[in-house]
Amino acid sequence: MSASRETARRAARVAAARAYVLPLALLVAWELSTRFGLVNTRLLVAPTKVIAAAWRELQQGGIVTPLAASLARDLGGAAIGSVLGVLVGSVMGVSRRWEHALGPSFHAAKQVAIFAWIPLMSVWLGTGEVAKVVFVALAAFYPVALNTFEGVRSVSPSHVEVARVFAFSRVQVFRRVVLPGAAPSIITGVKVGLVYAWLGTIGAEYLLAAAPGIGNLMIDGRESFQMDKVLLGVVIVGAVGVIISAAAANVEARLLRWRS
Amino acid sequence: MVQAISAYKLDETGRGIESARWRVPRSAGRYAWGTLFPLGLLGLWALAVERAWAPPQILPPPRLVLATIVDLVRSGELLNNYLISLGRVAGGFFLGAVLGAVLGGAMGLSKRLEHYLFPTFNALSQVPVLGWLPLAMMVFGIGESLKIVIIAQASLVPVAINVLQGIRRVPPQYLEVAQVFELSRRQLLRRVVLPATVPSLFVGVRYGLTLGWLSLVTVELLASSEGLGFLIVWGRQLFQLDLVLAAIISVGVVGLLLDKGLALLESRLLRWRPQASWSGEKVVAS
Repeated sequence: MSASRETARRAARVAAARAYVLPLALLVAWELSTRFGLVNTRLLVAPTKVIAAAWRELQQGGIVTPLAASLARDLGGAAIGSVLGVLVGSVMGVSRRWEHALGPSFHAAKQVAIFAWIPLMSVWLGTGEVAKVVFVALAAFYPVALNTFEGVRSVSPSHVEVARVFAFSRVQVFRRVVLPGAAPSIITGVKVGLVYAWLGTIGAEYLLAAAPGIGNLMIDGRESFQMDKVLLGVVIVGAVGVIISAAAANVEARLLRWRS
Repeated sequence: MVQAISAYKLDETGRGIESARWRVPRSAGRYAWGTLFPLGLLGLWALAVERAWAPPQILPPPRLVLATIVDLVRSGELLNNYLISLGRVAGGFFLGAVLGAVLGGAMGLSKRLEHYLFPTFNALSQVPVLGWLPLAMMVFGIGESLKIVIIAQASLVPVAINVLQGIRRVPPQYLEVAQVFELSRRQLLRRVVLPATVPSLFVGVRYGLTLGWLSLVTVELLASSEGLGFLIVWGRQLFQLDLVLAAIISVGVVGLLLDKGLALLESRLLRWRPQASWSGEKVVAS
C-alpha cells in the first residue's frame, strides 16, 4: 500500500519535473541563439532583454497605466454586457413568446464575427472610450445571454411546481427558483463572457483610436519595431487572461457553495 | 396566479407547455413572431431615414444597402472577396487542424510526451490569438502568410486540446473489451480510440473554425487589401455605410455557412453512433 503510494508520488514528481524541461530548453536556446547572432536580433530579442524592458517600463509607469486602462474597459464592458445578457437570456428563457420573437434575430446577429461591427460602431459612437466599452459589452453579451437562456430553460419543472404549491408570485418564482437553478449556467456564461471581453478589449484597442492600453502598447511596440515591448505585451495579455479566469473560478466556487 | 406561473411550466421532456392564452400555432406563429422584431427594426430604420433623424452618411436607407448587395453580387466583387477570405480560412484551418490533431494525438497516446509538452503548450495557449497578432505582424509581415499563420494558430489550440481530452476520455470499458478481443495496438487505435475521439475532435474543429474566422476578420480589418474584412474597412474609409453594412451581412452569412455546414457534416460522420448510449455503463449493461 505505502509502496504503491510511494511510486505514485514519485511518478507525480517526475511528471512535474518534465514540465520544466521544454520551457527551460526553449529559453536557453532562445537566449543563446540571440547572444551568438544565430537569428535576426531585431526580430527575436533575448529573454533577458524582455525582462529588462519589463523592468524599465514598470519604473516609468509604462505598464501600470495602460494595464489599469485596459482592465477598466474590460471589466466595465463585461459588467454591462453580462447584466444585459442575463436580462435578455432570462426573458427568452422564461417566455416562449419572447424566445420566438427575439431568438432568430439573436442567432442571426451572433453569426457576424464580432470585430466586424467595429468599423460601423466607430461611425456611430466615435473611436473613443464609449465605442470601446460598448464593443467589449457586446463581446460579453452573447455568451452570457446564451447560457442564461439555456440555464433558465433547464430549471427543473418539479421545483417550479413546488413553488406553485407555496403560491409564490411570478417574481418570487423567478427570484427564488429559476434564478438559483440557472445560476451554474449563468456563471459559466459570465466566465466565457470574460474571456471574450478580454479578447474584445485587445481587439478594440488595436482597431479604434489610440489611448493608453495593453493592446496599444503592443501596436506601439510594433510600429517602433521594439520587439521586447511587443513580447512584454504578449506576456501581459496572457497573464491577465489567466488571472481573470482564475478569479472567476474562485468566485464561482464561493457562489455555488450552497449546492454541495 | 396560476396563469402567471404557467409560463415557467415545463413538461418532463423539457419542452414547454404553455397556457392556452399563450399558445401560438406551432410553426406558422413561431415564424411570424420571429419576423416581428427584425421587421420592426427595419421599419424604425426606414422611418429614421425618412424623417432624417440622422444624415444618410451615418444611416444609409435600407434600400441602398440592398442595392449595394445586389451591385456587389452582380459585379462579382462579393464573390471575389468571399473566395479570398474562405481560401485563407481553408488553408490556415487545414494546417492548424492537422498540426493540432497530431499534437493532441501524440500527447493523448503518450503520457510521457504529455508531461513534457502539455504544460508549455497550455501556458502558450493562454495568450489569445489576437495577443500574438502584433508579434506575428513583425515576424511574417502583413502578407498572405500572416493570415494563414493566425488562422492556423487559432484552430490548432482547440483541436489539440479536444483530441487530447477525447483520447483521455475513451471509456475504459472499451479498452477492456479490446483487450479481451486481443486487438493489436494498431487495431485498437483504428477501431476503438479513433472512433471514440471523433465527437471530441468535432468540438475542437467547430470551436477552432469559429475562432479562426473571427481572427481572420480582425486581421483583414487591420492589415489587408482584399477579403470581406477589408471590404468593411474600405467602405468605412469611403464613408459608404451601405457598403459597410453589406459587408457585415456577408460576414454573418459566412458564419452561418460555417456553423450549419459543420453541424451537417458532424451529424453525417456520427451517424454510426447509437443515439442515447454515450456512456460506459449503458454499453456494459447491453
